[in-house]
Amino acid sequence: MEDLGYLVYIALFAPFVGSMFAGLLFGNAPRTHLTGIVASALIFVTFVSSVMLAMHVAEHGAVHVTMMDWISAGDLTIPFGFLVDEVSVTMMVVVSLVSTIVHIYATGYMNHDKSYNRFFSYLSAFVFSMMILVMSDNFAGLFIGWEGVGVCSWLLVGFWYHKADRPFEENPSISPSWAANEAFIMNRIADLGMLVGIFLIYWNVGSLQYDVVFDALPNLADGILVAIAIALFIGAMGKSAQFPLHTWLTDAMEGPTPVSALIHAATMVTAGVFLVIRANPLFSLDAVSGVSMFIAILGTFVAFYAASMALIARDIKRIVALSTLSQLGYMFAAAGLGAYWIALFHLAAHAFFKALLFLGAGNVMHAMDDELDIFKMGGLKNAMRASYIYMGIASVALAGLPFFTGFWSKDAIIETAFNEGTFIIWGMLVITAGMTAFYSFRQVFFSFHGEKRYEALGFHPHDMYKYVLVAMAPLAVLAFGFGYFMDEYKEFITRNLPAYEMSHHTHSIAWILGGLVLIVAFAGVFFAYKKYAGKGADAWQRDEKFEQSFIYKLLENQYYVPKFYDQFIVQPYTIASAKFWEFDKKVVDGSVDLIAKIFYVSGDVSRGMQNGNLSSYLNWMGVGALLLVLGAVMTAFIG
Amino acid sequence: MYEVVAFYVFAVSTTILFLITAMSKNVLYAMSALAAGMVMISGFFFLLGADFLGVVQLIVYVGAVMALYAFAMMFFDATKDIKEKHSNPAMVFLLGGLMAVLFVVMFSAPIIGDNVQALYPYAVDEFGHAVKNAEHVGMVLFTKYLVPFEVAAVMLLVAMIAGIILAGKKMDYSLTECEATDEELHKEIKKEEA
Amino acid sequence: MEIGISHYLILSGILFSIGFAGVLRRKNLLMLFFATEIMLNAVNVAFAAIGNYYGDLSGQMFAFFIIAVAASEVAVGLGLLILLYKKYGSLDLEVISSMKG
Repeated sequence: MEDLGYLVYIALFAPFVGSMFAGLLFGNAPRTHLTGIVASALIFVTFVSSVMLAMHVAEHGAVHVTMMDWISAGDLTIPFGFLVDEVSVTMMVVVSLVSTIVHIYATGYMNHDKSYNRFFSYLSAFVFSMMILVMSDNFAGLFIGWEGVGVCSWLLVGFWYHKADRPFEENPSISPSWAANEAFIMNRIADLGMLVGIFLIYWNVGSLQYDVVFDALPNLADGILVAIAIALFIGAMGKSAQFPLHTWLTDAMEGPTPVSALIHAATMVTAGVFLVIRANPLFSLDAVSGVSMFIAILGTFVAFYAASMALIARDIKRIVALSTLSQLGYMFAAAGLGAYWIALFHLAAHAFFKALLFLGAGNVMHAMDDELDIFKMGGLKNAMRASYIYMGIASVALAGLPFFTGFWSKDAIIETAFNEGTFIIWGMLVITAGMTAFYSFRQVFFSFHGEKRYEALGFHPHDMYKYVLVAMAPLAVLAFGFGYFMDEYKEFITRNLPAYEMSHHTHSIAWILGGLVLIVAFAGVFFAYKKYAGKGADAWQRDEKFEQSFIYKLLENQYYVPKFYDQFIVQPYTIASAKFWEFDKKVVDGSVDLIAKIFYVSGDVSRGMQNGNLSSYLNWMGVGALLLVLGAVMTAFIG
Repeated sequence: MYEVVAFYVFAVSTTILFLITAMSKNVLYAMSALAAGMVMISGFFFLLGADFLGVVQLIVYVGAVMALYAFAMMFFDATKDIKEKHSNPAMVFLLGGLMAVLFVVMFSAPIIGDNVQALYPYAVDEFGHAVKNAEHVGMVLFTKYLVPFEVAAVMLLVAMIAGIILAGKKMDYSLTECEATDEELHKEIKKEEA
Repeated sequence: MEIGISHYLILSGILFSIGFAGVLRRKNLLMLFFATEIMLNAVNVAFAAIGNYYGDLSGQMFAFFIIAVAASEVAVGLGLLILLYKKYGSLDLEVISSMKG
């Protein structure tokens, strides 16, 4: 399979070339469309090579290339190696497809932005890091990609860094640079866990290559295995925004919409799920079953928790971000329960319709001059027909209504929960499905149906450029049709991942379970329709009283978790940092300055000796002579 | 016995006179005390049997050097009391005292030491009597100390010329080269004075 | 009590210290020269005494040359002093400190 190595390198380095092209050549130049076109074209090249690799892997199996030795120090050897097997090729195709479409979208969306070139440089750098993360064949390469996507996410969320800080009551995300810092720091905290996991692996196994590690796992002690699993999952928690490291995801909406679509829907946040899936030989061991169950429970909790907050959210991007958080919970639930291929399938499906949803929301925002509040929108479906259709398709898929992708993937997860006998998880996932349907259609109806609230506020919406809308089409097609390929995909992926099958009992009542979920989902859609899509006499009115109620306030303030973090973690830490800074200035700097000051002061004092006064010179001569004589007498007496 | 008395007389008077020189506010007093002190110093030399040295001290030091100082003093206003600003008198006495102690300590070394050998011992003439001091000095000076003697002579000559040039008026004007007459010379001198 | 070398040396030390103190104390240049003379004389006494004690003529010769050197030093020094007085108008050390810094 060596002759396909070049495809691997093309897929890997094309985004890097695009990033360098935009950054080095046009970094300080005024915006030019060339950067966007070149960057998008290179990402498309990546997509094509990923597809070609996928076809090759489907026929012949995995492709493994080693580019070069990176670290070779004594017993530690870490090469730059890349493994393209079924799991990674799935991620590669998904990432490159969504990235291509987002790049093309961004050429239209960021058209009026001053830092157009810089944006494409960062975006392509992000894709490059994600490719490294996905394609690497050892934990160290994974970590390099991990950190790379973290940095690019920070760069991109804080893209409009010059926006000033606003108080928490006005904007919970305070400012883009603050949100970027929050995202990066939270990821950093999680990365500590991940590093501990990697150290433990190296310490016990002696190598970081996946195949070597997974072969050696059964021979390790139980305690070590549990520790590694916990540590790696902590890393995944940060990247995939699981509770309690979740607050950064909603705040990361301060970045431009293409960034949200690419990073916080389809790629970076799924890296945590990818890690769990990649390390499935570890998580499926019996010794680690407690950790896996914890992952599933946490995922379910997050799914419910995020969906509850989305019920009353007003910011259009925040709704979509919370739905991402919720679906990530679903994926972790599936992975924790052992249905790794189902989690991966849902990851791919979710990437498609979530990206479509974000891009559609971007269209709406662009039309409404970057206005986020859905209370100010309404009745846009005539002005923005194409976006309405896209967002409708995506929401239907998200809600899990039949014939669309979400129906197949989400239902598989809910069935898994039932299959495993974890009925509480199953129940919560079903309720969350209903909530998902409700809030996603609430957002659609608010924006596109009902009274044209925007007219009174003076907006003149129009849809996005034609070529962008055409570029978004593949996502819509996939959001609709990807689910039909579930069986073929299962066939493909279970060559690598464990083939999770529903038990016979579950199979027989599968249609009952499915029907139950459908009823809940349709109920959600119906409620949303009744409440928000009316016109005229049925039109929605703002319920001020409800907005003062306890439950509303609790959900609006995100269960007061950000305030808690600020009060009990951020502020004491800031005070401690200030104290340390004082210490650094006074003691550390001070002692260094003291050495210099000693020289200065002694020089200044000695300067007094040179005052041109003969008498004082004679005085000093006398002192010197005295010292010499004293020395002579001393040596005479001693020696 | 006489030696002891003489020694102490000379010692006390020298000390007092030099103290006056070092401490007095009046230039004239200081200078006079210096001259008198030097005379007493020569007394020491005579006590030690260094006759020639004592005489040289009287002639050169007291006679020539002090005369020179007296003439120099005439340049400056001697009636005024010198008002001196002493910033740190304690330091001065401390240093001086320490120096004195150390010197005493240092100079007791020869008393303790045994290894000192005379370089030029007192000579004995053909008759076995001790040679008189002046004769002895002459013998040593012109044989063993000849080179320093000649060098000292040259140095004295140079110093004399230097003193004349430094202190004289119109020293850059050469009489012989310009062949000027007396009147012109006087005119030049008057111009310089004006 | 016999006058030994120690007496002369102690005396010389005392005289030297007096001269030294005078050097340190005096602010008038002329008086400074006086104090220097005191020091030279004290050293002469010491040389002569040691020479006498060891029966060596070197001490006296050294003192002899010191006298010669001191004389020439006075000549040149006073010449310079006169020039200095012409330039600065005063012999006070505090005033003649142009080499400051």
